[in-house]
Amino acid sequence: MIPNSPKITPELVAEHGLKPDEYKRVLDLIGREPSLTELGIFSAMWNEHCSYKSSKVHLRTLPTKGPHVIQGPGENAGVIDIGDGLACVFKMESHNHPSYIEPYQGAATGVGGILRDVFTMGARPIACLNALSFGDPKHPKTRHLVSGVVAGIGGYGNSFGVPTVGGSVRFHARYDGNNLVNAMAVGIAQKDKIFYAAASGVGMPIVYLGSKTGRDGIHGASMASAEFGEDSEAKRPTVQVGDPFSEKLLLEACLEIMHKGCVIAIQDMGAAGLTCSAVEMGAKGDLGVTLDLDKVPCREDGMSAYEMMLSESQERMLMVLKPEKEKEAEAIFRKWGLDFAIVGETTPGKRFIVRHGGDVMADLPIKELGDQAPEYKRPWVNAAKPAALDAEEVEAPMGVADALEKLIATPDLCSKRWVWEQYDHIILGNTVQRPGGDAAVVRVENGPKGLALSTDVTPRYCEADPFEGGKQAVAECWRNLTAVGARPLAVTDNLNFGNPERPEIMGQFVGCIRGIAEACKALAFPVVSGNVSLYNETKFPGEDSGRAILPTPSIGGVGLLDDFTKSATLAFKRAGEAILLVGETTGWLGQSVYLRELCGREEGAPPPVDLIEERENGDFVRALILDGSASAAHDLSDGGLAVALAEMAMASGIGAKLSAAPDDIPAHAYWFGEDQARYLVTVPAAQVKAVLERAKAASIPVWAIGTTGGDALTLGDERPILVKILREHFEGWLPAYMAGELPQA
Amino acid sequence: MKSAVLVFPGINRERDMARTLALISGREPAMVWHADTQLPAGTDLVVIPGGFSYGDYLRCGAIAARSPIMDAVRAHAAMGGLTLAVCNGFQIACEAGLLPGVLMRNARLRFICRDVYLKVERSDTPFTRGYNAGQVIRVPTAHGEGNYVADADTIARLEGEGRVIFRYVAPDGARDPAWNVNGSTNAIAGIINERGNVLGMMPHPENHVESALGVTDGRGLFEGLVEALDRAA
Repeated sequence: MIPNSPKITPELVAEHGLKPDEYKRVLDLIGREPSLTELGIFSAMWNEHCSYKSSKVHLRTLPTKGPHVIQGPGENAGVIDIGDGLACVFKMESHNHPSYIEPYQGAATGVGGILRDVFTMGARPIACLNALSFGDPKHPKTRHLVSGVVAGIGGYGNSFGVPTVGGSVRFHARYDGNNLVNAMAVGIAQKDKIFYAAASGVGMPIVYLGSKTGRDGIHGASMASAEFGEDSEAKRPTVQVGDPFSEKLLLEACLEIMHKGCVIAIQDMGAAGLTCSAVEMGAKGDLGVTLDLDKVPCREDGMSAYEMMLSESQERMLMVLKPEKEKEAEAIFRKWGLDFAIVGETTPGKRFIVRHGGDVMADLPIKELGDQAPEYKRPWVNAAKPAALDAEEVEAPMGVADALEKLIATPDLCSKRWVWEQYDHIILGNTVQRPGGDAAVVRVENGPKGLALSTDVTPRYCEADPFEGGKQAVAECWRNLTAVGARPLAVTDNLNFGNPERPEIMGQFVGCIRGIAEACKALAFPVVSGNVSLYNETKFPGEDSGRAILPTPSIGGVGLLDDFTKSATLAFKRAGEAILLVGETTGWLGQSVYLRELCGREEGAPPPVDLIEERENGDFVRALILDGSASAAHDLSDGGLAVALAEMAMASGIGAKLSAAPDDIPAHAYWFGEDQARYLVTVPAAQVKAVLERAKAASIPVWAIGTTGGDALTLGDERPILVKILREHFEGWLPAYMAGELPQA
Repeated sequence: MKSAVLVFPGINRERDMARTLALISGREPAMVWHADTQLPAGTDLVVIPGGFSYGDYLRCGAIAARSPIMDAVRAHAAMGGLTLAVCNGFQIACEAGLLPGVLMRNARLRFICRDVYLKVERSDTPFTRGYNAGQVIRVPTAHGEGNYVADADTIARLEGEGRVIFRYVAPDGARDPAWNVNGSTNAIAGIINERGNVLGMMPHPENHVESALGVTDGRGLFEGLVEALDRAA
């Protein structure tokens, strides 16, 4: 008899985040009133965070297949073949809600969680990246959040011992109540030694490994499935506490027992801890699972079944071991000083049974919990698309040189050195391109192969036109990988949106997914893993509906270099080289950083993305890099041509002289417009003719627009700006802001 | 050169170190577990690598310094055996009493991963014979607690006895507080013990040894060690 106290009331059901119709589904499914533990289990499995109930129907439209895809979405992480018997395992995941409530621990455990997803599959993590979105720099809380999140990411990754090689940081008032922390981890495994979550075999021991279970993080996943209100601060106890030291031990111990052939199936305990991991292992393997909670290593006495099943204590794993290898596995875990306990077994009955203190606390159908969670086709509407903005109608508030100096000192475009210097980006000795370039490059083992890694999205484009914005996020990621000479292989997506119960938010979600799908198809860049984070909005007192974040579908891409020594960097290499602009420039100012930062307008349609042009221009640039014709390469994105040129100059200390803007485009639109599918490359003067001829033969639009040299950047007839001065603007803002030296609101 | 790299729980630069030792000496080092009580017979060089031993949850290096293997390391050092202690290794060596002083939180209270410039103060030690005295080398740092502090007498002794081996300087070799990455007393980045056979340093020479990855200024330290040990053999 399952203990049935306390009584399940509608209030209790609501507190568990289950809607009345969902609770009815529970009743229909089990034919009786659930116990409190069972209610907790349903709540954990059927919340948005774990079940993807609002997003699943749309996620299915993403292209997930490709010749090199070994494992697409649905496992702990995606897996792609990179040749030589090796596989790259990667995923990006959000830890948005916890990072707002408690920035250090929220961000730290976000990194810990994604690392576990990767090494659970048998891969040794080789790199981390992240994509961070913060509120308005003038908001009184922003500085505290930046400081805590960055310290938390560094604190975890540095101690764990994986280089954090890249990422992005942006600021916008729409993230004021909801910052975003998206963490990506990348690992390398032997292609024939990938480990999966699906259990197999009846009567196999289920083993609990890692840290002890405590009362932290209970209902973390449910918290991440609701919008914030005035009480968000009071949710601090739902945030877990990270222990990178234990995770490092867990990594070494897991890889050791995998290497020794002890493991049948493995699943990390992330969101909804023991519940989610046990159910997934059973459901994926078409097996039942029985857990005996009296065997679970606990941090404190007197924990109830409910608490144990919902705890999100970190650094824990669940495994199904080969029975004959049990002793060997236990010895390895003891050597690393970690807990090891047999807490259950697989059963034939497809039931999820939880025992505690002699009672059965839960007895539920495992498939329905795992595979058959509710699914919604939520209503959605498309917002009206803004009209394209005519650049002629945008009055330039200042000269081009002044504008450039101002723009590179804005929060979104300035140097993020203050951030990435707090991340160990060189540990493991394989970092070829450090943060600050288009994509990070890491050597694979002893080479010669290298992986290029980048995270991208332009939320203001997604807000103005979700479809074009979704396309652009993928295209920009593809472009960044291409700009270092890599062949883009696959992506992980981390889709951050507001409340999906609002049709306009659901419209953003659907539009972005359609754009992502279209771009991934056109660029042969499949999605192999991902994560959805909804309810990123805050209801402020006195307002009827919440304020949602900008739609932010972060794209994390992986590309392959056959020879890492051939990767291109963005720095000018020497004086006297020709600067070539690849791709069409129309002077697209709508939704540009220039328009927002210097004209105070967030208007117009975002630049359209022509995926055929993207592919053709990118393939051309990659060929120039790989055959040694291009000495430097850089993609054009936020801030357009002038900002890209400034970045190439600042990275090298070498200046450049550029031809004036063409007559048919207003100067400020030419220099700062954000037309897509564009790159800058430099080539030795002697090769310009040959490269232009190649471009012509391939119908790629390429123009020689200037020459490197000197110590200043001169844009046409504008006043020259010393590279040294550019650097002062570029490097100055963030350290000054974080030191509290800039006026706050 | 027979080297042994110590592995404590939470150490994480042992692979970087082992790879560099193998690359430059041509011989894989032995990886020695913290719970062992003996070093492999014939060990020429003990390396205490970087990382976060025991999570740095007490004082950095304090728990590792009391591991069983450290008795063997102290005996090795007392016999004149060479010991290289890098980053967390430097912190462990100080806690173990192999070197004087302590590494405090960085002056700006943040973890910093950045290339720094070091002036090699002496070239007549087994660790620096691959460099010229006064040479400036570029190596990376990655630490939150590398701010070297000792009492005034100890500092005076270290300076007077020429035991400061590496100092944070500007790229041109000038002493400049702006380039003292962590605020160390006298910009001290590395010191040796009285006998000259134990070196502790915060930066990571093992991460700057391959031209394919850029700077190779760390090679000199390992090449010098190989040469010193081969000559002694």
